Amino acid sequence: MAFFFAQLLTGLANASSLFLVASGLSLIFGVTRIVNFAHGSFYMLGAFIGVTLMEVLPGHFGFWGSILLTGLAVGLIGAIVEIVVLRPIYRAPELFQLVATFGVILVIQDLTLMIWGAEDRLGPRAPGLRGIWRIFGEPVPKYDIVLIAMTPFILFGLWYLITRTRLGVLVRAATQDREMVGALGVNQAWLFTGVFALGSALAGWGGALQLPKGGADLLMDFNIIGTIFVIVVIGGMGSLPGAFIAAVLISVLNVLGVTYLPSSTLVLMFVVMAVVLIIRPYGLLGREEVAGEHGQVGAPETPIRPYGRLGQAVIAGLLVLMALLPLVADQFLLILTIDMIVFALFAASLHFILGTGGLVSFGHAAFFGGGAYAAALLVYHFDTPMEIAFLFAPLAAGLLALGIGWFCIRLTGVYFAMLTLAFSQLVWSLAYQWRAVTRGDDGLISIWPTDWLSGTVPYYYFTLILGVGGILFLRHVIHAPFGYALRAGRDSPRQAEAMGIDVKRIQFAAFALAGVMAGLAGGMFVFSKGSVFPTELEIAASFDALIVVFLGGVKTLAGGVVGAGFMTVVEDWLTRLEYWRLLLGLVIIAVVIIAPEGIVGSIRSAWARYRGTGDEEVAK
Amino acid sequence: MSEILRVENLKKSYDGFVAVNGVSFGVAKGELKALIGPNGAGKSTCFNMLTGQHRPTEGEVFLDGENITGRKTRDVWRKGVGRTFQITGTYQSMTVIENVQMALMSHHRKLFSMMPRAWKLYRDEAFEFLDTVAMADQADRPCSVLAYGDLKRLELAIALTHRPRLLLMDEPTAGMAPSARIELMQLVADIVKDQGVSVLFTEHDMDVVFAHAHHIMVLNRGELIADGSVTEVRNNPQVQEVYLGGGTLFKEEDAHA
Ligand SMILES: Nc1ncnc2c1ncn2[C@@H]1O[C@H](COP(=O)(O)OP(=O)(O)O)[C@@H](O)[C@H]1O
Ligand SMILES: [Mg+2]
Repeated sequence: MAFFFAQLLTGLANASSLFLVASGLSLIFGVTRIVNFAHGSFYMLGAFIGVTLMEVLPGHFGFWGSILLTGLAVGLIGAIVEIVVLRPIYRAPELFQLVATFGVILVIQDLTLMIWGAEDRLGPRAPGLRGIWRIFGEPVPKYDIVLIAMTPFILFGLWYLITRTRLGVLVRAATQDREMVGALGVNQAWLFTGVFALGSALAGWGGALQLPKGGADLLMDFNIIGTIFVIVVIGGMGSLPGAFIAAVLISVLNVLGVTYLPSSTLVLMFVVMAVVLIIRPYGLLGREEVAGEHGQVGAPETPIRPYGRLGQAVIAGLLVLMALLPLVADQFLLILTIDMIVFALFAASLHFILGTGGLVSFGHAAFFGGGAYAAALLVYHFDTPMEIAFLFAPLAAGLLALGIGWFCIRLTGVYFAMLTLAFSQLVWSLAYQWRAVTRGDDGLISIWPTDWLSGTVPYYYFTLILGVGGILFLRHVIHAPFGYALRAGRDSPRQAEAMGIDVKRIQFAAFALAGVMAGLAGGMFVFSKGSVFPTELEIAASFDALIVVFLGGVKTLAGGVVGAGFMTVVEDWLTRLEYWRLLLGLVIIAVVIIAPEGIVGSIRSAWARYRGTGDEEVAK
Repeated sequence: MSEILRVENLKKSYDGFVAVNGVSFGVAKGELKALIGPNGAGKSTCFNMLTGQHRPTEGEVFLDGENITGRKTRDVWRKGVGRTFQITGTYQSMTVIENVQMALMSHHRKLFSMMPRAWKLYRDEAFEFLDTVAMADQADRPCSVLAYGDLKRLELAIALTHRPRLLLMDEPTAGMAPSARIELMQLVADIVKDQGVSVLFTEHDMDVVFAHAHHIMVLNRGELIADGSVTEVRNNPQVQEVYLGGGTLFKEEDAHA
């Protein structure tokens, strides 16, 4: 019992830092609607800046002063990021900013590496709080008790800020009704900057406060971000008390998990989140996101059209070139092209559900990796011939998508995104921890194709036919009634329901189809590499696909395909450099700012402008 | 004349606030009936309960004798009830005619079909519907660039595609110029006559109402205070109080509140 109580205290102590970081994310989301994936990076910066300051400033005053200064410094960095990167793109399609924040993550990672080096830093002990106190005979670090004691003050401080100050009034107004901010006579741009800075500062404080318990290392950003999102989503996006309750819940759960179910804490957390979202779709204290009566946010899309003569000729020409590629290309280029095609199909399947369906999935890798694993497991355990095992890749992925979709489709927006993320984490944890079947992170190896496909050239053609076929099929479906119905549900669910369309059912079917196609890509992937590892199921794998789709352009299927090609080449090229993350991050941010419609979208607009026709407008 | 729609004791409350309070009425077949009342009277809420957007707190709705209370919007539509909204919700990423084709695809139950090219389907049929509302010349424009009045007419065309028995129109002429209003309602009146559709509509412009409605109902603070012929309602002292006495003879400015 005493041990249990001590565990509870540890959990509560961890919660204080988590709550700070989560409340920052929640504030930023509430006001700006930006899902800030770089939030973990501000947390990491907080830790590194805190360590450095604490080395310089001695004593009690130095320690607490450093923490205070750290928050201010990180807040300043946040303000700069907001002004430079985010401000230009608030008008871009919803969730597009996500990609920009991903670029920010990469940039901050490498900058941190440049400045502080690759070594982990141990956080200094808090002066005067080095030892332990015994509570019911169990040792509890003094610093933990101080943290626990501080948490109510933090909560109160934030509560006061939000409910009793002018800034708070503005923040709440903006959270509830974005148009009202304009009516209040506030410069919206500076409100956003201010809130972003405040949110970043909170993350920085969180990073500095946890120093005596942890330290600073370069993996902190990714390690924390999953947890923080889970907390914010469980608590309810935009709700501070919700974030607090969820922070306590998750921290305690983590501590207990470490003791009783070691190495499954991540899974545990995502299971809790999935359960909460299934019972309360908008989190514990979150409010239902009322979809705007006006349908889509951002500039409306132009109507889709089948390719004209010119378009068809270009596509046909490209296909002929690709078919002739083995005549001139070396092994390396062929394999790179195979990678590109596989990735393009994966991205196209995500685009189908994201662009056409308007459902932003954060867990699409579950179907890619799931398909790859399904085939690999059959080959590995049962020596199934490749021809049969391969078929199981799309099949299993489709079934998985049916299962996951059944839970997720009822949600929308960020909540849909987070629940898909949670389920993909579940799949990942299965692959990672069910070692008896999946061999964990040793992966499944020696998964080679049948004899007649074993050469690079035959496999190239195999990939070309299936990959391009899959992409063209998706394109065909987009132009078919099913694709139109999917788009109708995205543009205006109310109108769609009022003309007999079962929007959720259409979306469910589309989700499954996207899963099948991602699984097909996964099957092609596993036999081309000969192995599969849990990394294919990681969050990062899902994000790769997201980035590619956004970079290429959400509005056309070609966007995903071009984005995938672009990314494969750029990555292959950049990863040879030392600070490739920095460069990649800058490239991503640059594309996002310069070409907010994505590569393909921008080319299309430029082409339309050049032709002078545009998509409109007949003189009235 | 028998009734296409019968509403009994319909009530809707939001956390204690009663938006619609025990409303009962009927709509006869082939009738053009207006539901009027000041802003916030509960007209849209009423419509939303009839077509399944909201579930009534109490009361029942019968369509041609069949109880459809609480049925889903799409089921009510399949039963032959068309609907336009106070705030239009057409598909921004489609052309004008594709919006109509979409409704036709749904009507012909082609929604899950993955093979045919959607833009070729039912194009001629869609043209006819656009022609009915004089929008055929704009068929291939993107919906996102339409003028507000044109959107309203497009909505009407869409609502007619499944040849509804009953059409509910929530402020069909809001945001239009006065001449265009009369024109649109004339169109609706013609459709009522030609196709035998029954129409229930809400409207702020009294000229439109008095010119076209066969019967008028007046809703005030969630309660039905009058239901009768145009002259009856005009001469009803309670209605005069709400409208004329209160001085809030409807103004266009209120219509979007
Ligand atoms: N979702 C809701 N929650 C709370 N109150 C609502 C809601 N929808 C409508 N109301 C209220 O119900 C009343 C009737 O609204 P409405 O039916 O839109 O009126 P009308 O269409 O006659 O102008 C209004 O006072 C409105 O504020
Ligand atoms: Mg209304």
